[in-house]
Amino acid sequence: MRVIYAGLLTACLAQPALAAEIWVSNEKDDTLSVIDIDTLEVIRTLKTGERPRGITFNADFTRLYICASDSDAVQVMDPETGEILFDLPSGEDPEQFVLHPDDRHLWIANEDDAVTTVVDVDSRTVVAQINVGIEPEGMAVSPDGKTVITTSETTNMAHWIDTESHEIYANTLVDSRPRHAEFVKDGTELWVSSEIGGTISVFDTGNQNEIGKIHFEIKGVHPDLIQPVGFELTPDQKTAFVALGPSNHVAVVNTETLEVEGYILTGRRVWHMAFSPDHRLLFTTNGVSGDVTVIDVAKREAIKSIKVGRFPWGAAMRP
Amino acid sequence: MTHMRRTFRVAAAGLLCALCVQTGGQAADLDLTVGYLRLEEPAHPVLSGLDPVPARRGIEGAELGVKDNQTTGGFLGHSYALDVVSLAPEALAADVAAAARDMLAKTRVVVLDMSSEAALAVADLAEAKGAILINAASGDAALRGASCRANLLHTALEDSMAADALMQVLLSKRWTKLAMIVGPTAEDGGRAQSYRQAAQKFGLKIVSETTWTFDSDLRRAASREVPLLTQGFKSHDVVLIADAHDDFARYIEHNTWEPRPVAGAGGLTAVAWAPVIEQWGAAQLQSRFTDMTGRAMTPRDYAAWAAVRALGEAVTRTGTAEAGALHDYLLSDGFELAGFQGRPLSFRNWNGQMRQPVPVVNAHAQVAAAPLEGFEHPRNPLDTLGTDQPESECHAFGE
Repeated sequence: MRVIYAGLLTACLAQPALAAEIWVSNEKDDTLSVIDIDTLEVIRTLKTGERPRGITFNADFTRLYICASDSDAVQVMDPETGEILFDLPSGEDPEQFVLHPDDRHLWIANEDDAVTTVVDVDSRTVVAQINVGIEPEGMAVSPDGKTVITTSETTNMAHWIDTESHEIYANTLVDSRPRHAEFVKDGTELWVSSEIGGTISVFDTGNQNEIGKIHFEIKGVHPDLIQPVGFELTPDQKTAFVALGPSNHVAVVNTETLEVEGYILTGRRVWHMAFSPDHRLLFTTNGVSGDVTVIDVAKREAIKSIKVGRFPWGAAMRP
Repeated sequence: MTHMRRTFRVAAAGLLCALCVQTGGQAADLDLTVGYLRLEEPAHPVLSGLDPVPARRGIEGAELGVKDNQTTGGFLGHSYALDVVSLAPEALAADVAAAARDMLAKTRVVVLDMSSEAALAVADLAEAKGAILINAASGDAALRGASCRANLLHTALEDSMAADALMQVLLSKRWTKLAMIVGPTAEDGGRAQSYRQAAQKFGLKIVSETTWTFDSDLRRAASREVPLLTQGFKSHDVVLIADAHDDFARYIEHNTWEPRPVAGAGGLTAVAWAPVIEQWGAAQLQSRFTDMTGRAMTPRDYAAWAAVRALGEAVTRTGTAEAGALHDYLLSDGFELAGFQGRPLSFRNWNGQMRQPVPVVNAHAQVAAAPLEGFEHPRNPLDTLGTDQPESECHAFGE
């Protein structure tokens, strides 16, 4: 099913446009793979600390933040040189984080510690630590910057944190093992994926009430193996792509009806994803098969798989 | 199921107390004390002292489960505690009954860590009617079959679940001719019987069988004795060992007459949990457990953890701590527990057994997780492991 339209791609992508890149963290290789979006090839492999998972760029893409989980640090890399500039204090076992719209505060989920850590990247200090549920992972920040969400995998909750007071103002139960959260539709909704529950819960951010739930069903795949993790919405917010873990598919969801419109076959245990700058291509990390699937967004089909390192985890775009 | 999903708005001050509930003073809306009643197993003499049984095996699994529940509960105004009573192996049936009565007077949810006979006696106490007892120790088929009780659930693997898991792995490798060595104890015999049944269920063949009878010190004599013992086996792919006490199995591997892998005990084993399990977030559970106890998590600890977490999950989702309501919910389709095994855990509503994947491991790595791909079941592939509903002799759970 992983068809390679190499010729076609070269034809339509060969303009010497911006050499945009997809950066992928390889959890079990302690490296990053950098994929050139024009050639769809890995052009650089960079060393990181131990067990890199969440990765994100700052606002002007001059810095890459890396959760080096087993090094107990967030590393700051110069993406031009690939050099680690310095480590930020991060609390123990940072797994995933989100950069506040102020471009200054990283909100970090400390998986082993049941804590969310707020770090000021300029002063390189810990500003606050907030007790959350067990195995915090999913992190999201509202577009207005007022709320940060931490989801905790074993406590099965989304914790709503006021970014001013650093206090939790609501806790909402979700299905088992929440992995990823995003504010969508201009921050009016919060979506939380639950890996073992097999659902995405949709919340009204105004009152934190659950207003919908997305279910998945793939012919020939037992429901227990359909495990939503990462997801991304198209810029018009009308379509969501949802990675479904060991079912080896990405679902295409209509965000109005919350119905699934189709499924795209990917590599094994598909996890997180990132769009190309023009949103024509979507890149998914496939943990077990150690590759990245390239999806043609308009056609909703996989067009290539790119071998990266062992256990690709996070993905981030650099224009 | 509208009661299952709620929004909890809690004052921030109360929330930050999530970790201080144990110190008391936190007014909680719901309290659940889980009892843990253990009848220690008499120490079985084994040849090697390499793997001592941890003194607080099982108990510490339950303690971690309570800690996990407590963290969640802190956000919801729910509070959890564990009440542990551990009886010496010499305790008489009357002592166990007395301890169980005391405990059931205090709480209606009790984890049982004891032999199958003792667990059954507790389940049949008048005081246990309407309680939830969870067997975290015995793999006995009868407890899930003809002797099942509606108030007795099981997070411990049924023996046949482990045997089925192992046979699925052997079959998927086409290692279908097995030569079996059976230890001398009654438990070894039971283990052998579960292997025979599982082999038959999946179409593998036990081509030879012999009994372990040596009383020499195998640490010195294995290289002489084991080749002789295994020399007479008919042509086989695998040496299967029924050694319920982990007594002699460790001396078989690499001492056999033919160069064959060893399975069952030593070599390739099917277990509820092992230190080598790290997928599906299991590394987190392992490190939480090891940080707390300084040792590796055993299958007994996992079963105890799963029992306590299942109760906590039921309280979280139903918003009640009443045993009858929790029992109904645990056995309903709505219940699922994330157990770090890649599939949701749930209870079979016909005999109270927890459905769970069964890791198949060697000393250094996880080899497979049963059910393997290709082993299908109309309800749930997990039900390819253990006694299925049509064969079940359990009738205590209603329809």
